Amino acid sequence: MEVAGGREMDVEVIELDMIEINNLTVSVEDKRVLKDVNLHIAQGETIVLLGPNGSGKTSLLKTIIGIPGYKVESGRILFSGKDITGLTIDERVRLGIGIAFQRPPAVRGVRLKDMLRICMEKRGDFKEEKINEFARKLNLLNCLDRDINLGFSGGEIKRSELLQLLAQDPRFIMLDEPDSGVDLVNINLVGRVINELLEKDKMASKRTKAGLIITHAGYILDYVNADRGCIMLNGTVICSGNPRDLLEDIRTKGYEGCARCLK
Amino acid sequence: MSEVSVREMAKKAEKKPSAIGPDIDLNAYSAEVKEHGKIQKLKELSGEVKEKAISAGIDAEEACRSGSFFQMDHSVILSSAYQNGLEIMSSTEALKKYDWLQDYWWKAVNVDADKYTAQAELKQNHGYFLRALPGTKVEFPLQACLYMTREGLAQNVHNIIIAEENSELHIITGCTTAPRVRTGLHIGISEFYVKKNAQVTFTMIHNWAEDVEVRPRTGAIIEDNGVFLSNYVCMKPVKTLQMYPTAYCVGKNATVRFNTILFAGEGSNMDVGGRVFLRAKGSRAELVARAITRGGDIVTRGHLIGEVPGIKAHLECKGLILSEKGRIHAIPELEGKVNGIEMSHEAAVGKIAEEEIQYLMARGLSSEEATSAIIRGFLDVEIKGIPEHLKREIKKAVSMGEERLL
Ligand SMILES: Nc1ncnc2c1ncn2[C@@H]1O[C@H](COP(=O)(O)OP(=O)(O)O)[C@@H](O)[C@H]1O
Ligand SMILES: [Mg+2]
Repeated sequence: MEVAGGREMDVEVIELDMIEINNLTVSVEDKRVLKDVNLHIAQGETIVLLGPNGSGKTSLLKTIIGIPGYKVESGRILFSGKDITGLTIDERVRLGIGIAFQRPPAVRGVRLKDMLRICMEKRGDFKEEKINEFARKLNLLNCLDRDINLGFSGGEIKRSELLQLLAQDPRFIMLDEPDSGVDLVNINLVGRVINELLEKDKMASKRTKAGLIITHAGYILDYVNADRGCIMLNGTVICSGNPRDLLEDIRTKGYEGCARCLK
Repeated sequence: MSEVSVREMAKKAEKKPSAIGPDIDLNAYSAEVKEHGKIQKLKELSGEVKEKAISAGIDAEEACRSGSFFQMDHSVILSSAYQNGLEIMSSTEALKKYDWLQDYWWKAVNVDADKYTAQAELKQNHGYFLRALPGTKVEFPLQACLYMTREGLAQNVHNIIIAEENSELHIITGCTTAPRVRTGLHIGISEFYVKKNAQVTFTMIHNWAEDVEVRPRTGAIIEDNGVFLSNYVCMKPVKTLQMYPTAYCVGKNATVRFNTILFAGEGSNMDVGGRVFLRAKGSRAELVARAITRGGDIVTRGHLIGEVPGIKAHLECKGLILSEKGRIHAIPELEGKVNGIEMSHEAAVGKIAEEEIQYLMARGLSSEEATSAIIRGFLDVEIKGIPEHLKREIKKAVSMGEERLL
């Protein structure tokens, strides 16, 4: 990476890891779901996480956000250099971590609109007009007055998760399968919003955000540029590399190919 | 039925316990009170009384009310109507004034139902008579406040509400006690008569002291195209509360809706139901209840009886348990007696889903904030068919309760 002036210090600032996961082992109800996971994501970087169903991708995101059932047996998670392993969900969110869930629950009586207001208020910047502006971007104006996720279609759920992230504006953005169940018309919107959240319009060195995107089929890669791809298998990140190459390997050889490659 | 026989029936039922709910020793509530002097406007009430009345939905300014009735202990201290076509007075007075009122006295509620109805007949202390003359439509709701100032008092009121043909009545009733009072017994008989094409919305807000025992006994008779909407809110602890208001759809297309919102804290025992007899073609009934317990005991009942074809009724009860202790028992009953009826029910009782709390926390809410957002959502029953300002009153009563709750 070319850095103006090329001084050592600048290089260090740019390569500061936003998220740093070291030797993370996690269990849920005594079942080990993550084993010795190591993953570093720098500011400005976007990573896609690939892997078969049940390999532990969602578990990793839930552990990073701090869902109580995901018990950290060993290892730690640093955010901007700070150990967050023992923090509650809301404390992590306040530091600037955001998540779009794969399968969020419906919350009766809490309208999508209320949620957006709460998200903006929580970061101390509530603007009423932003509600419609954000919703328009994701084609969700007609869902604003509905109870959150209640009776939403699969695609609406995915877009509503992104909509809430727009209102939250986190620095580290985790997206759990934002492309599954989204139709061709809407995937464009989804891609555009993800790029906006990740400040893809800025030069890489100027970005203040970082992203970790789980994709099952890899569709989202046609819309969002990822800097690196990782493959997860049986609760462990087994390799990383150019996301398109990895996807191509998976498409031709399947995840069985990965398993063979390990041996 | 002559008055003598009504009294005889009451005497026979004097010791008859209620079919449900804890039994009360009526002799435990025998405190005596002096008469209270009359007032002209609610504004004249002392600050303390006003505050308590307001907490039960009463508008002390009377600006947005078309009439007020205020009963303190055993004295009616105010009754005035501010719109033509409305009558508002003590039911004892109305009984003297109108011979025909006998035809409405104990006709929607049985005088010998239990010892509480019996006591209301044998030891009646007023209650209100509200009537909308044919075609009268109220602009603002009428309000009635039943207030108890004396420790250990029994207040036995008998209310009669008549909406004549084509009229429209909105009523807010607030029941409460003076700040120092802890114990007492309130027996409230309410008989509603909704005539052809008339509409009554009745909103009752209970705001009792912790050790008060409450036995409302309500019946409503709805004629052709009549609508009866009843909202009941009790967000403050009581010692025991048991009621099972019953509506009879006797006219074509008669419509009934009960909305009930209950909160029981530790030591509270509530048994609240709603029963509708659908006796005419096109009758509709909808019963919606929300119950929350934090250590208290709640039984929520619903009973729909479809007696003729072409009726439609639905019952919905949701309960939320906020603590280890506490119990909610939902008993929905559907009783169909003929073909061609449509009746359904939906009941769910449980704790707040952790997953929902975590979800809201992932949007930055603390665990407590997430819990309150979910409770608020749970209590946000869509109250259909009532005017906006009434909805606001109900929301206010619920949110005042929420504040205590959260
Ligand atoms: N809350 C949970 N309770 C029980 N098992 C879980 C839970 N979360 C994840 N698992 C298990 O952990 C494994 C990984 O699941 P998950 O992280 O959802 O995988 P992925 O997102 O890659 O499909 C699966 O075997 C799953 O059944
Ligand atoms: Mg998953």
